[in-house]
Amino acid sequence: MSHDAPAHGSHDNYLTHKRGLWSWLYTLDHKRIGLLYLFTILSAFLVGGIAALMVRTELWKPGKVFLDPDGFNQAFTYHGSIMVFMVILPLIPSALGNLILPMQVGAKDVAFPKLNLLSYYVFLFGVILAVATLFTSGIDTGWTFYAPYSIRTSTATIMVVTGAFFMGFAAILTALNFITTVHKLRAPGLTFGRLPLFVWCIYATNIIQMLATPVIALTLMLLVFERLMGIGIFDAKLGGDPVLFQHFFWFYSHPAVYIMILPAMGIINEVIPVFSRKNVFSYWGMAGAVFGIAVVSFIVWGHHMFVSGQSETANFVFSLLTMFVAVPTGIKIFNWVATMYQGSIRLTTPMLYAMAFIFVFLVGGLTGVFLATVSINVHLTDTYFVVAHFHYTMVGGAIMAFMAGLHYWFPKFSGRMYAEFPAKISWFLIFLGFNVTFFPQFILGMQGMPRRYYSYPERFTNLNQISTVGSYLIALGFVLALFYLIYGLLWGKKAPDNPWGAETLEWKTSSPPPHENFIREPVVTHGPYEYQI
Amino acid sequence: METAFAQMLPPVASDVAGNWDTLFLFLVGVSVVFFVIVVGSMLWFLIKYREKEPGQKVGNIVHNDKLEFLWITIPTILVMIIFAWGWIVYKRMVDAPESAYDIKVIGKQWLWQFQYDNGKTTIGELIVPEKIPVRLIMTSDDVIHSFFLPDFRIKNDVVPGMYTKVWFQANEQGEHTIFCAEYCGNAHSKMMGTVKVVSLSEWETFQKGKGAPKERPASLVEWGQQLYTDKGCFACHSVDGVKGIGPSFKGIWGKQEEMSDGSHILVDENYVRESIEYPGTTKDKLVKGFPPVMPTFKGLIAEEELNALIAFIKNLKE
Repeated sequence: MSHDAPAHGSHDNYLTHKRGLWSWLYTLDHKRIGLLYLFTILSAFLVGGIAALMVRTELWKPGKVFLDPDGFNQAFTYHGSIMVFMVILPLIPSALGNLILPMQVGAKDVAFPKLNLLSYYVFLFGVILAVATLFTSGIDTGWTFYAPYSIRTSTATIMVVTGAFFMGFAAILTALNFITTVHKLRAPGLTFGRLPLFVWCIYATNIIQMLATPVIALTLMLLVFERLMGIGIFDAKLGGDPVLFQHFFWFYSHPAVYIMILPAMGIINEVIPVFSRKNVFSYWGMAGAVFGIAVVSFIVWGHHMFVSGQSETANFVFSLLTMFVAVPTGIKIFNWVATMYQGSIRLTTPMLYAMAFIFVFLVGGLTGVFLATVSINVHLTDTYFVVAHFHYTMVGGAIMAFMAGLHYWFPKFSGRMYAEFPAKISWFLIFLGFNVTFFPQFILGMQGMPRRYYSYPERFTNLNQISTVGSYLIALGFVLALFYLIYGLLWGKKAPDNPWGAETLEWKTSSPPPHENFIREPVVTHGPYEYQI
Repeated sequence: METAFAQMLPPVASDVAGNWDTLFLFLVGVSVVFFVIVVGSMLWFLIKYREKEPGQKVGNIVHNDKLEFLWITIPTILVMIIFAWGWIVYKRMVDAPESAYDIKVIGKQWLWQFQYDNGKTTIGELIVPEKIPVRLIMTSDDVIHSFFLPDFRIKNDVVPGMYTKVWFQANEQGEHTIFCAEYCGNAHSKMMGTVKVVSLSEWETFQKGKGAPKERPASLVEWGQQLYTDKGCFACHSVDGVKGIGPSFKGIWGKQEEMSDGSHILVDENYVRESIEYPGTTKDKLVKGFPPVMPTFKGLIAEEELNALIAFIKNLKE
């Protein structure tokens, strides 16, 4: 890509180290693997995004707009499962994690480079398997695959579920690799107390991935057995228990929510100190809160099931435990804002996204308390209130943070700068569009509009139309981002090694970095956010 | 402000809905306070500490024990209050009085069926008395559904192979929409129904089995049209020729329809009756291009009603 010499002389960087398609497909370089992930995931994001626009367009008015009910059900199923399994889950840990984490710990590469490449291909295989069903009978179960519907429906459940199984397997391998890397390959002087908080967050995420993902893998396989061989595990007609599926499913999928959000918090932890020129407020409070969230995440799955038919005692316990998620989450939000206090704030695009993250994630978090309250949950669950809530946390959280990270590290991995002005316009469109799309959905849910509805009573029309207009604004913002990022990648002005004046190790090497990250092994002598001003 | 928020919520139609709304508004209030504090200070810091020149002086505060203690304990106490309050309201929502009148509910793709003690069954319309606690004992015939009554603030999944319960006490006479809130396939969004809250005297009449709760239209076709809605036929069969889960009724009467095995059957009184009571599960009785998913209505539709439905379908002949 870049044929010119980087700023300080060396001609060789990881992009030019070897050439040709094969050197990319068979690369063992974590940065190149990171870019492979990024490309694959963003392609999936495009497909999932188109599905989202189809859903919103169909909901423009009650009754048929352009899809029949089966088409609509497939559109929201593909939107949900692509965005969850192929985009948000791997986006930050696998793509940005691969690009940045080994450099942040001062390593030449991850601990097991070949395993790293294998995880990518296992992931890719899962993606292809699942997306290929678009050309068969499709799938209409919703991303949650609830039994017994998923056992009875005539669509391609098995292929999609197997795809998700492979993606989960890839996540476990990546987690194993990163955990080993963090333990074994830190640069001299890089104690745990000096680790960038992004590393702490990815590390906590990896632990969740390793412990929780096997459960979903087993659950999905049980579903396949039941469909193929009629073994009665979940379908009551065969003597199974449909609520059991939900327990298994959420035992993984609730921790998975934190697999999505912890890495996002990690990015915000990097961006806010750098652009406030100030040490992070309460380093150990931040790291501790991450582990607090990770631990609690395993014992709150039942809050998805307050009206599922589980016992009142279970509802009591899960509601109580879920309340405790609010505390460490609150600590993190307060710490970020306190970091800005008495800083010297630069309003660059990553910082704008970080602030949008705080704004949006705060709304998501507060509405989370509504849903954790068992009686409030009864009315709101399975309505658009929940849809709005998890988009405020997942999209507002993970995607806003990803965009912050993408812009923040763009100069590092591409060696070029993106253009600030279109980036800010795009940020504005995405942030505005996001709120226009999802805020009305809170009100729809309060009024009682259930989710996954192809059609709806007349009285919900206005709010649905506002929401649909918002979704087009988001799309416009992302299309703009696609253009200026590609432009920046090819023709952007050369990036200096450390354009933001950051102190973490990835900025102590050239942009783009050489094949093995550092010419000389870095030695760490101070914390990650002690800026020399 | 309180009324503006209250207008965003559905009408308060049950005993417990008011308690629910109060707690909800409390949560909205707490959230607004926190939102203003966090976003307000963020914007204030942004303006006050915006970089004016590179390398300007910054503070060096890395922690503050008092502040951190406060923002751990205050939220903890608040969420515990919210939890406890939430639980108290929840107990009111789930603990039905001993005296509650039981009605059985069966959810199936894609209709609601209600069974009363007097042996009556209604489809799509639940008839309940005002000011008397009613308990619904629910199960599903196929996949998971969820019985959702926004005006009463109640919801519970309806699960095959087990019984789940909800109860409510309706405040006054009126009609309220029932939604299915758990995704159940093609016509999920059409799996709606109505709760009709009637006066005590109407309820007693209904209990004794005398008189229909609904006025019967004068003509057979109009009655059929009413049944088409009440029994839930509309969820799958359109009357404007649009292909649904089942064949459209428009113009079907008197046609030689092609079945799944390639044979042809004349759509007449006997075929319509048979299709309602014993919906086609075999290929020679199932119209080509449609899945065998219709539930049986045997015993749920009286002879007079069948005649009315047939008259209605006949009237849609092209």
